[in-house]
Amino acid sequence: MASLTSFFAPAAPTPASDKEIWVRGAEPPSLLAFGGGDQGREGKQLLVSQKELTSKKRDEFEDILEERRLSSDLRYAMKCYTPVIYKGLSPCKPNAIKSAVLQSEQVQYVIKQLAKEMGESPDIIQEEATEILDEMGHSMQLGAVRFFAFTLSKIFKQLFQRVCVNEEGMQRLQHAIQEHPVVLLPSHRSYVDFLMLSYLLYTYDLALPVIAAGIDFLGMKIVGELLRRAGAFFMRRSFGGNRLYWAVFSEYVKTMLRSGYAPIEFFLEGTRSRTAKTLTPKFGLLSIVMEPFLKREVFDTYLVPISISYERILEESLYAYELLGVPKPKESTSGLLKARRILSDNFGTIHIYVGQPVSLRTLASGRINRCPYNLVPRHLPQKPSEDIQEFVSDVAYKMELLQIENMVLSPWVLVAAVLLQNLPAMDFELLIEKTLWLKGLTQTFGGFIEWPDNLCARKAVLSGLTLHANIARLVDGHVVLNDKGVEDGAVGEIVFKHALAILMCATYRNQLLNVFVRPSLVAVALQMTRSFRKEEVYSCFSFLRDVFSDEFIFFPGISLKDFEEGCFLLTKCDAIQTSQQEIYPTDKGSVIVSFLSAMFKPFVEGYQLIFRYLSRETKEAFTEKQLIPGVRNFVFQLLEKGNTQCYEALSSDMQKNALAALVQLGAVKKKKMSNGFTYNVNQEAVNKILDMFDARIPVQKPVAARL
Amino acid sequence: MSVRKKKMWCSAIRIYLFLTEIGQLIFNKSLKLDLFSKISGLINCLVAHLALKSPENLQEALIHELEQETNLLLIQTAVFITKHKSCFLTVWTFLVCHEDVVKIVELACKHNLCIIPFGGGTSVSSALECPEEEKRTIVSLDTSQMNRILWIDEKNLTACVEAGIVGQDLEKQLAESGFCTGHEPDSMEFSSLGGWVATRASGMKKNIYGNIEDLVIHIKMVTPRGIVEKNCQVPRMSTGPDIHHFIMGSEGTLGVVTEVTIKIRPVPEYQKYGSVVFPNFERGVACLREVAKQRCAPASIRLVDNAQFQFGHALKPQVASIFTSFLDGLKKFYITKFKGFDPNILCVATLLFEGDREKVLQHEKQVYDIATKFGGLAAGEDNGQRGYMLTFVIAYIRDLGLDYYVIGESFETSVPWDRVLDLCRNVKERIVRECKEKGVQFAPLSTCRVTQTYDAGACVYFYFAFNYRGISDPIHVYEQIERAAREEILANGGSLSHHHGVGKLRKRWMKESISDVGLGMLRSVKEYVDPNNIFGNKNLL
Repeated sequence: MASLTSFFAPAAPTPASDKEIWVRGAEPPSLLAFGGGDQGREGKQLLVSQKELTSKKRDEFEDILEERRLSSDLRYAMKCYTPVIYKGLSPCKPNAIKSAVLQSEQVQYVIKQLAKEMGESPDIIQEEATEILDEMGHSMQLGAVRFFAFTLSKIFKQLFQRVCVNEEGMQRLQHAIQEHPVVLLPSHRSYVDFLMLSYLLYTYDLALPVIAAGIDFLGMKIVGELLRRAGAFFMRRSFGGNRLYWAVFSEYVKTMLRSGYAPIEFFLEGTRSRTAKTLTPKFGLLSIVMEPFLKREVFDTYLVPISISYERILEESLYAYELLGVPKPKESTSGLLKARRILSDNFGTIHIYVGQPVSLRTLASGRINRCPYNLVPRHLPQKPSEDIQEFVSDVAYKMELLQIENMVLSPWVLVAAVLLQNLPAMDFELLIEKTLWLKGLTQTFGGFIEWPDNLCARKAVLSGLTLHANIARLVDGHVVLNDKGVEDGAVGEIVFKHALAILMCATYRNQLLNVFVRPSLVAVALQMTRSFRKEEVYSCFSFLRDVFSDEFIFFPGISLKDFEEGCFLLTKCDAIQTSQQEIYPTDKGSVIVSFLSAMFKPFVEGYQLIFRYLSRETKEAFTEKQLIPGVRNFVFQLLEKGNTQCYEALSSDMQKNALAALVQLGAVKKKKMSNGFTYNVNQEAVNKILDMFDARIPVQKPVAARL
Repeated sequence: MSVRKKKMWCSAIRIYLFLTEIGQLIFNKSLKLDLFSKISGLINCLVAHLALKSPENLQEALIHELEQETNLLLIQTAVFITKHKSCFLTVWTFLVCHEDVVKIVELACKHNLCIIPFGGGTSVSSALECPEEEKRTIVSLDTSQMNRILWIDEKNLTACVEAGIVGQDLEKQLAESGFCTGHEPDSMEFSSLGGWVATRASGMKKNIYGNIEDLVIHIKMVTPRGIVEKNCQVPRMSTGPDIHHFIMGSEGTLGVVTEVTIKIRPVPEYQKYGSVVFPNFERGVACLREVAKQRCAPASIRLVDNAQFQFGHALKPQVASIFTSFLDGLKKFYITKFKGFDPNILCVATLLFEGDREKVLQHEKQVYDIATKFGGLAAGEDNGQRGYMLTFVIAYIRDLGLDYYVIGESFETSVPWDRVLDLCRNVKERIVRECKEKGVQFAPLSTCRVTQTYDAGACVYFYFAFNYRGISDPIHVYEQIERAAREEILANGGSLSHHHGVGKLRKRWMKESISDVGLGMLRSVKEYVDPNNIFGNKNLL
């Protein structure tokens, strides 16, 4: 940790005038292209490396609530709705789809197989399949849609100032929906995401999506059924072992996709991100929707990344509690009704950026050369080959990176990032100055900041503070965290309250992290190695990238490209200079370098704490559920004693990610047991990783040949 | 001058004209015929004659020897300049019988010449193109004069025929004795028996008569190692892998097929065309599948998609009388308005029945009954007959199209039943998309038909044409699109070829198609039979 002593970054002069910052910076090198097949990794890298330095113009936003405030909601809900639909669609009822699924060769095959294995009559299993379908299937009805159109209009107007959408994105989506089956892939930060897209598509007269939802929603009386009628279909959280369920579920999704019945919407992240950081993708549903194309049952499939960002997240305090170990309230109708008090609160603006539809065919071209599906009848369940699994994973990461690229960042995000580095209190003027400075930096790194028109920095920061009064407030010209009730109470409670405030604040800073992660890890690596030799910095970078692979989103297997991008961005903002063999910070750049490494300090420190706990305290096999309270107590005690300031290590999210990282690095063995996974720590390996963190031993890794 | 000699001269002159006029057409794939290549073809000939006179050329001596030993007429004409501008001589020899071929092959081995057998010249897989890198003298063996039926065996219903005979002549001559082979590929006006064997051809009426591999009883082939043939003429034998299957599909890489004993049948008593309209392509395919399942396919059954149906319709001659046009109008009204068929979606199956009159009528009923189950409506003999005309006509239309900036070609594949629909849709869409991407200004014609049914799958034929106005290199664009379409077929579980063969056009996919070991097996056969690569047309492998 000694390497990170220059944690506090002094305020730097604003690098450019406000006006200049407005000129949108050059794009970061595009990370997102895919490589061609047999060249494998090399081919992938080849295409990833195409650096597009031309500045990309992003679409303008349009506020859809504006019209709602001017005209009748009822008339809007009852409007004539003739949506744009897929050109090859033969219209059918939700029930027709269900029976098609039941009669499909795929499901029938599994039913017969199971009947043979279990010695039961196929009718009983067929019955079971029908039940599964009834539990799962949506029953979209225009009535329910209209009901939601009405109520959501009312609620949204109450909660949000504006709901902004890029109209060009909607137009692109309209074309896409007509041409090929479409899969909508929104980011997931809040329950609001859930019906947001349906609301949007209704407004723009597009075919309403069917939405994959967790089965928990069905626990909600009435609301669950209402959601079902609005197009939600429900999947169990885990059904790996249940072949019948898997067959019925995947066939259900595929049938809807193949027939172009409706756009299919699901969340790649699998669940709401409690930290506002994009979660690593889940592959199950994605591989299902990709299958019809891979089996050539459809000509193409469009994947549409959609970024939904909230100026203030509805569930912010709930998330913070949850991260600190207070269980999440079960989804229930009464809970929902109780939550209505938030209606009086103001949650600012929502930005929805509908990205460019990505053609799966284009992604796959040259990638999947020999179709493995040719030799087996297509209705047989088949485990995807390694090639295909890798392809699915690459597509998932690409989509998430596209979401990140288009995620709108509000001024408050910048404020939170600055504030967290200057606790407990920060001079207001200094805060404004640094926020403005950070804005320039973010734009250089390709961040998508939506700064209200003609708003001076002071007003922007002030309005952020007003909106987030529950997190921070202005006291005597200083901004402090709003951790009420700290004055009185036991030490433990003070730590808890403080952690709560910090985690809430961190939720906003986190939105910056994936934009900053590549240059920042270079900066951290520079400080950790204390060397200017490129090779050493790179091997340290690559070590950090591996450690944080579950924390941040990296496209798999392109460590060197990420490093180059990080260096490139740092060079672009004059923070470092590079030669053939060396990297060294410029005089001016030390400010940026130390700011960036301070931004990621909570993670570096937090991981160290967690690793330390694992290397010392655990001897026997444990489950994740056992680990988390243990780490929490450990960190809690350290915080109480004042031995550390790393409150974020209390976050269960970070703890899980750190564990996953150790599993990937081979320092922890994961074993599947009947009731879940258990873990075994390899003390020596963890200690070695800790030593690498402390830079006591150099990170030893084979360095890529061409640096 | 004997009659024989005269005939030979005539055809020599015919071929000469053929060569100079459209020589490029044969060798470089027919679609390359445009004004530019016509002119360059002529220029090439001039250069060739100059090349002949060069002193270091030993070819004259060689030709002399050939003439001495074989009494063959040799015409020295076509010479090709490849892209690398290296010239080489092509000697055309007209073969008259099996023994001639044996002598020529021996000579070729002795002098290390390259032989390219040439039957009807209807290949669409660049199989007859001379390999660019070939530096030896190329002898093009024209088998067109080996066109006699040697004998007919009525007891066993077989006929021994020289391999150069053209399909049309074969049927005509057999018909004189009241027989037919029933092998009718679309190219039967020009393609030869030897060519069928060498490419694993398939005929329109294979449902009754079988494909070439079912028809052939005995093959005689001359290879550099000697003559390969079986010792008897039996319907089937178990003597290890069938050597016929090394020959069929060898595409001229192993030797020259000289004589073939082929099954014959009495000419059918009765023939009847028919057609069925289906509301859409999906139903049509389902019906064909059912017909195949019940194994009651008529001599020919083909399903034409909507675009091709409309294309065929546009070719319909103007009707003479008001009455027929009124009748047509009425039919159209019935189908579209009364039956609710969308004229932009419906598709048509054309049928051909053959056999005893009674059985044909019975068979017809059975097929129409199945069709009704799939929403099909009988649409008359006329439409059926016109459908079959279209297959022959389309090759001529293709050549005509060149004058109107239209470039087009067909290609085929075979595919399992369950993938027929997906394959058809995806390949057509791929063609449209590729055209758009390559800058083709007008929507291309991209259409398909299911031409053969089997127990386990079907043969699908694609026609594809586009207007190349405004494109600087249409042939290149065409090749790119064709290649993309083939990739699409393979990705959809279709085969590399159903009956066109591999030639040079599809060689790149051979490894993928038959695996490394499979390719090795073929190679080792080639290595044994023709170690010096005398039959060096570079097809297949």
